[in-house]
Amino acid sequence: MRRTWKLNEADLEALAIGAAILGTGGGGNPYLGKLRARALLRQGYEIRVLPFDALEDEDVIVSVGGIGAPVVGIEKIEKGDECYRAMRALEAYTGYRVTALIPAEIGGSNSIEPLIAAASADLPVVDADGMGRAFPEVQMCTYFIYGARPYPAALADEKGNTVILGKVQDMYWLEKLARTVAVDMGAAAGFALPPMRGEEIRRTAVPYTLTQALNLGRAVLEARARRENPIESVLKVTNGVLLFVGKVVDVQRRIERGFARGWVRIEGFEAFRGSSLVIDIQNENLVARRDGKVVATVPDLITVLDLETAEPITTETVRYGFRVAVVGLPAHPRLKTPQALEVVGPRAFGYDLDYRPLKGEV
Amino acid sequence: MIRVGIDVGGTNTDAVLMDGTQVVHWVKTPTTADVTGGVLRALELVLTESGFAPEKVGAVMIGTTHFTNAIVERRDLAPTAVIRLGLPATQALPPMVDWPEDLRRALGEHVYLAHGGFEFDGRPISPLDPLELRKIAEDIKAKGVRNVAISAVFSPINPEVEAEAARIVREVIPDAKITLSSEIGRIGLLERENAAILNASLQDLGHKIVRAFSQALRDAGIPAPFYLTQNDGTLMSAEFAEKFPVLTIASGPTNSMRGAAFLSGIKEAIVVDVGGTTTDVGALHHGFPREASIAVEVGGVRTNFRMPDVLSLGLGGGSIVEREPLKIGPESVGFRLTEEALVFGGSTLTATDIAVAAGMAEVGDARRVRNLDPAFVEAAVERMQRMIADAVDRMLLSPEPIPVIVVGGGSILVRDRVRNLPTIKPDHYPVANAVGAAIAQISGEVDRVYALAEIPREKALEEARSEAKQRAVEAGADPSTVEIVEVEDVPLAYLPGNATRIRVKAVGDLRLA
Repeated sequence: MRRTWKLNEADLEALAIGAAILGTGGGGNPYLGKLRARALLRQGYEIRVLPFDALEDEDVIVSVGGIGAPVVGIEKIEKGDECYRAMRALEAYTGYRVTALIPAEIGGSNSIEPLIAAASADLPVVDADGMGRAFPEVQMCTYFIYGARPYPAALADEKGNTVILGKVQDMYWLEKLARTVAVDMGAAAGFALPPMRGEEIRRTAVPYTLTQALNLGRAVLEARARRENPIESVLKVTNGVLLFVGKVVDVQRRIERGFARGWVRIEGFEAFRGSSLVIDIQNENLVARRDGKVVATVPDLITVLDLETAEPITTETVRYGFRVAVVGLPAHPRLKTPQALEVVGPRAFGYDLDYRPLKGEV
Repeated sequence: MIRVGIDVGGTNTDAVLMDGTQVVHWVKTPTTADVTGGVLRALELVLTESGFAPEKVGAVMIGTTHFTNAIVERRDLAPTAVIRLGLPATQALPPMVDWPEDLRRALGEHVYLAHGGFEFDGRPISPLDPLELRKIAEDIKAKGVRNVAISAVFSPINPEVEAEAARIVREVIPDAKITLSSEIGRIGLLERENAAILNASLQDLGHKIVRAFSQALRDAGIPAPFYLTQNDGTLMSAEFAEKFPVLTIASGPTNSMRGAAFLSGIKEAIVVDVGGTTTDVGALHHGFPREASIAVEVGGVRTNFRMPDVLSLGLGGGSIVEREPLKIGPESVGFRLTEEALVFGGSTLTATDIAVAAGMAEVGDARRVRNLDPAFVEAAVERMQRMIADAVDRMLLSPEPIPVIVVGGGSILVRDRVRNLPTIKPDHYPVANAVGAAIAQISGEVDRVYALAEIPREKALEEARSEAKQRAVEAGADPSTVEIVEVEDVPLAYLPGNATRIRVKAVGDLRLA
């Protein structure tokens, strides 16, 4: 038996909060995933986590997650085995036997999807992911940024359809074709990425992010229980920076090429009185400017939290009048190499800006 | 027209009699365990004391805690079945999955999944299967269950499949009391379904309460109709309330804020409602409370109701004051204020005693607080002002100075200015909540996803507007007064065809027969 550790129900509560914070405003709400994982635990299934340093070169790892629109996810709840069947379809197509699963993104609902599929398949989940946060598109996975082959991949829906993308030209085509199939499947499907070797994961993944999300969630829950300031706990466990405290005074949203774009303006109070912060949104929070001056950019994490509870507020629910703290959390170094910034830096999202580290970041 | 507004609170049941826009008389009576008894008492008192003949009353508006209490205390709930249309999707999380165990048991766990429901773009997920539904209905009938909630995936964009399922269930169970999720909630299957299930389980109590209130009005000699207030500050008719009792939940804070707007004549303001134990601070926008949009739990069940965005502080007239170090609340003597406070001959130092000692109010016997140290009194007054000022500051939407309206029985704790903002204590401020009930209007709402590739945005908005107005009229609004008060459209990410979610709310004055 391999060296793994297990997740319990309390861990799922913490993970859901931590993953939502790492979702930086997007990624979908992990609430439904948490309920499904909890139901599996209650039926006697186990969720086992494989430590990053326990990966073996020969491991065959598949990354699974949901692809579609978050609003569809909260309405057309999954049948439950979509990701599992996508993974099995990929095994059948390639002849590989998968030895562990891994999240594509730790931010939002896709942090929990692989746990559910892994529990059903009696496989462990690697303590790592391909984003260290949430991003809107699959080519933004570090796996592909650092050279993993972008095919074959598989999608499955609740009706029994599975689709194999046998060969795609590059990671951008993978995103484009998978997205088209997912929309036909009702804008909610299970998605399995190409199998990778353990050695490849070690070289490309963002390590220990399941642990990070867990610790983040636990810190918030413990601070709430002790009636301490949960925002401070978030900053402490992430080495993050408090960017702003204030209330939301304006929200603009529109759709461009399938993405929710827009901005949120926050007027400061407490130590930030007289100042205002504008956050640019493309599904996730991407750039924060205080009084016109850039204070944080993607790929660093910009997260809007409820001022009292540190409950993360998504770009879809943020509204006029919310009282919030905005925190900047430093992204993992693997997201900040020149190679990575080309895909996930501000310019990749159309900003005429260079990435700049968070102030006070070590 | 003469109307009577009644607000049932945790401590007091308040009633106010209004002639047109004038408050004629008001009373406060203790809330009774059966609620209805207190309502009848308040009704009789306000009529006798004001000398108005019961026949002159044109309408009675009641804000009640009956249904909230039933859910929170898990009593008077009918056994309820739930049918969800969505197979093969949604199996991962069956209905009531995240409910507290005891509440689920109270309803009997009669849960069914069936085919039907829609994709986001209106394509069916699977066709409705009449045979399957008939079998489910037979099973429900055999169990002796009559209350049924029906939900379907994406029913807010197309309610037809839920209606069709209801027809089939009625063929088998002619006396079924059916709630459709599309009639009650927004996008978000579990939350909307939860609200529908709660509503179905409250139907029998709804019927009972409506009859009890009718009887109370008859006993008081009032021939006029009555209405219940909803959590968005609008009214529903007795027949509508019987069908949708769940919409009354948390109407209290809304009534206070609406009453404050009415009494002061101000539509953009911060409202501070100081009670015996807590202070609720909310923001008025166009004369209505700003809504919270975070999931709201009712009795441990997640719903996506419209709720006012209210900040609650543990400060009220009954808050217990401690010295060295100075501490005010959140503990309170509550309804025992008139026995336990110093000025009423008791032995507990309360926020009310501080206000009296500081000369801000004349209640009880001021001599009993004469020997409090003036410096301490001043420090305590300052602390209370700061607690309220901080809460007001958080609810403010812009640096523009807007007035602060102070209402509620504990208003004596608040000075003339909060920070740099002028405070207004309108006439009849202690019963702003009952006034809010008396003046409540009627609303209609639409929340739906539109594909803007198929229908131009303007046309979609127009369609939503006219349907919201239509719903308001159906709920009892006078068509000539109906206006749109809220329009929100949120584009949906990752979807083709420019899908957008449009929410529109219309309100109008009550139509009187």
